[in-house]
Amino acid sequence: MRHIISILMENEAGALSRVAGLFSARGYNIESLCVAPTHDDSLSRLTLVTSGDEFVIEQIVKQLNKLIDVVKVQDMADTAHIERELMLVKLQAFDAVREEVYRLADIFRGQIIDVTESSYTVQLVGPGNKLDAFIDALGSIPVVEIVRSGALGISRGPRGMLVPEV
Amino acid sequence: MELSGGEILVECLKSEGVDAVFGYPGGAVLHIYDALFQQEQVQHVLVRHEQGAVHMADGFARATGKPGVVLVTSGPGATNAVTGIATAHMDSIPLVVFTGQVHSALIGNDAFQEVDNVGITRPCVKHNFMVKDVRDMAETIKKAFYVATTGRPGPVVVDIPKDVTDPKVKIPFEYPEKVAMRSYHPTEKGHSGQIRKAVDLIVNAERPMIYTGGGVILGRAGDELTHFTKKLGYPIVNTLMGLGAYPSGDKQFLGMLGMHGTYEANMGMHHCDVLIAIGARFDDRVTGDLSKFCPHAKIVHVDIDPSSISKNVVVDVPIVGAVKSVLTEMIELVNQAGGAKKAQALESWWDQIEQWRGMKCLDYKWSDEIIKPQYVMQKLWEVTKGDAFVTSDVGQHQMWAAQYYGFNKPHRWINSGGLGTMGFGLPAALGAKWAYPDEEVACVTGEGSIQMCSQELSTAFQYHLPVKIISLNNRYLGMVRQWQEFFYSGRYAMSYMDALPDFVKLAEAYGHVGMRIEKPADVEGALKEAFAMKDRLVFMDFQTDPEENVYPMVPAGAGLNEMILV
Repeated sequence: MRHIISILMENEAGALSRVAGLFSARGYNIESLCVAPTHDDSLSRLTLVTSGDEFVIEQIVKQLNKLIDVVKVQDMADTAHIERELMLVKLQAFDAVREEVYRLADIFRGQIIDVTESSYTVQLVGPGNKLDAFIDALGSIPVVEIVRSGALGISRGPRGMLVPEV
Repeated sequence: MELSGGEILVECLKSEGVDAVFGYPGGAVLHIYDALFQQEQVQHVLVRHEQGAVHMADGFARATGKPGVVLVTSGPGATNAVTGIATAHMDSIPLVVFTGQVHSALIGNDAFQEVDNVGITRPCVKHNFMVKDVRDMAETIKKAFYVATTGRPGPVVVDIPKDVTDPKVKIPFEYPEKVAMRSYHPTEKGHSGQIRKAVDLIVNAERPMIYTGGGVILGRAGDELTHFTKKLGYPIVNTLMGLGAYPSGDKQFLGMLGMHGTYEANMGMHHCDVLIAIGARFDDRVTGDLSKFCPHAKIVHVDIDPSSISKNVVVDVPIVGAVKSVLTEMIELVNQAGGAKKAQALESWWDQIEQWRGMKCLDYKWSDEIIKPQYVMQKLWEVTKGDAFVTSDVGQHQMWAAQYYGFNKPHRWINSGGLGTMGFGLPAALGAKWAYPDEEVACVTGEGSIQMCSQELSTAFQYHLPVKIISLNNRYLGMVRQWQEFFYSGRYAMSYMDALPDFVKLAEAYGHVGMRIEKPADVEGALKEAFAMKDRLVFMDFQTDPEENVYPMVPAGAGLNEMILV
C-alpha cells in the first residue's frame, strides 16, 4: 500500500542523505521525496511516498526514528490528512489540440501558465491520483515533459506535528 | 581558560574519563597529536594500521563496557578505519572515532588525502558529525560520547577539518555538563502493561525457552538474567554475542543456538511454546529458515532498539526498554506470581531436553596422531581455568572457541559476530590486555585470519601487551573449505593457504616467543608453558586436522530442527 510519510528533521547538512541512504541501504523504495524549510529555521520537513505491506512500513518508520537527526516521523495513513502535489506538463499543442488541452485543463482545475505557437504548459495541483488521471486523459496529445513536485501531506484539524521538548 | 581546538579535544577526552586513545598520526591530525604530546593523562597507543586501531579500541570497549576512542588522519587513515567501524556498528559497540579532515577551505576540491568521511561512514555508524567551527568542538564531542554510549550503543565518527584545530586560534573552553538532543531519547523503562502481559505468558509456559543475546552483555544485565532464569528454572540458550551472560556450566544452560549451536538448544527452540527473547535480534545465523522458526511459540521480545522488534520475526509481546530495567521488573512480577506454574509440563519438557542433550552433539573423534582443534579449545579452557578473556577471528576456530570454551562471565568472549571481520582477534586482544594487564588474554585465530592484522604484533611489543595467540593452523580457510566440501562437491576454490610463513619466526621477528605444536600429546604442556610466560606474547602455531568440520550445523535455508550432527 502507498504511504505518505512526513518527517521533521534537524536542518543540518547531510540530514537528507541520511534518509536517502537509509532507503537505498535497506532496499525500501521511494516513489517521491520532497524537502524544504519550515517556519522553524532549525527544522526541515521531508515528505516521502513509499509503498510496502504493514511490516515494511512499520520498519521504515522505526528506522527513520532511529536516525539521530530525525525529530519526528508521522505516517499520514494513520490520520485524516490532505495530500497535494504540484505538476507542470508541457504539451505539443497545435490546431484543434489547443482547444482540447484548454478544456481538459479547465475540467481538472488547472491553469495554462505558458503558451507558445506550438505548446501549452499546464499547471495542476491535487492528490497524486488526480494528476495521474489528467495524464491519462491527455490520450494521444504529445507530452514534451512532465515535472512533479512529489506529494505533500498535512493532517486535517487544528493540530500540527509536535516537536518533542529538549 | 583559552584553548585551541586540538587542546579542547584532549580536555574533552579527560572530562570523559578516557585514558587511552588508539590511533595513527597524519597530516590532518598533527595539531591534535601535538596537543596529546604535551600532556600525560590521556595515553596514546600507536598501532601499525588504522583497522587495528579501531579493533583495539573495540576490544577495549567490549572488555570494559567503556567507550573506545580512536584517532586517525584524513583520507586513507579514515578509509582504513572503516572496516573496524562497521565491525563495531554491527555488534553495537560504543566507540568515538576522530577522523582528520583537510582544511575547510579545501573540502570538495579533491585535496591531498581528502575523502568524504561523513559520507563514507554514514551507513556504518550510529551517528557522525563534522565539526565546522572550533566553538562547536566541545559540544559535539559531548554529544558523540552521549550517543555512542546510550540506548543501543554504537560507533560515532567525529570528522575534524585541520583548521578547526589550529593552535593559533584559541577560545574559552568549558565542557558542557549535560547534553540535550530533542531528536534522541532512548527508551530505558519498559511499558508496565506489556511487562505484565509478558510475565503472565512466561509463568504459564509449558515448554519455555529463554533466548538471549549481546544486549544482555551491553546492558550489564548478566546478574538479572541469571536470577530471572534460576527463579523460573527454565532452559536458556545464548547467541554467539550473548555467551557469558549466563554461566555456561549451569545445568539450565543448553549452549549456543543457531547455525553451529547445540542440538539441544536448537531443538528446544523449535519445540518451545513460549520464547523469551532478551537483547537478541533474530539474526539469520540464529533463526535459519524464518518460515520454520519456532513454529509453536508465542514470542516475548525485550530490546532497547524498537527497530529490532518484529524486524525478522513478528513477535507477540514486544517490550522496548533496557534489558536490565525490564528484567528487574519481570523478576519482581515472577516473584509475585510465585514462579513458574506448570510444574508437571515443565518436568516432561526437561525430560525431552535431557534426551536431546544425551545426543552429545559436541563429541568429536579423537586422534593420537593429529591435533583436533576442539581439543585445543578444551585444554585452553582447563589451563586458563575458564577465566581468560578470549578474543577470536572469524571462521571455524571462532565457532570452536564459542562451542568449547565455556564462558561463565560477561565481557570475556570478544568476537566479531555481526560483520564477521577476519583480522579482528589480535588487535581486540591487545585492547582487552591494555584494559586488564593482569588478566589472561587469549586470541583464538587461524592461519588465515591472523595474517589480516599480524602487523599489530609490533604494537604488542612496543606497549608490552603479552597476550597468548592460539592459532589453529589447518592450512585451509577452514569455514570456506567446509562449505565447499558440503555444497560445492569438494571444489576447494582458493581455500587452501599455500606458502604460509613460518609463524614461529614471524613471532620472533617481532620480539615475541613462537611455538609450533604438532602432536596431540604436546597440546596441554605447550599451553601451560605459554601461559606461564606471564610477560611474553606467545604465538602458538597448532598444526591441526585440516579436514575437521564444525558440527553440528544447520545448513543455510534449513530450519533449526534440521541439523547435520556429524
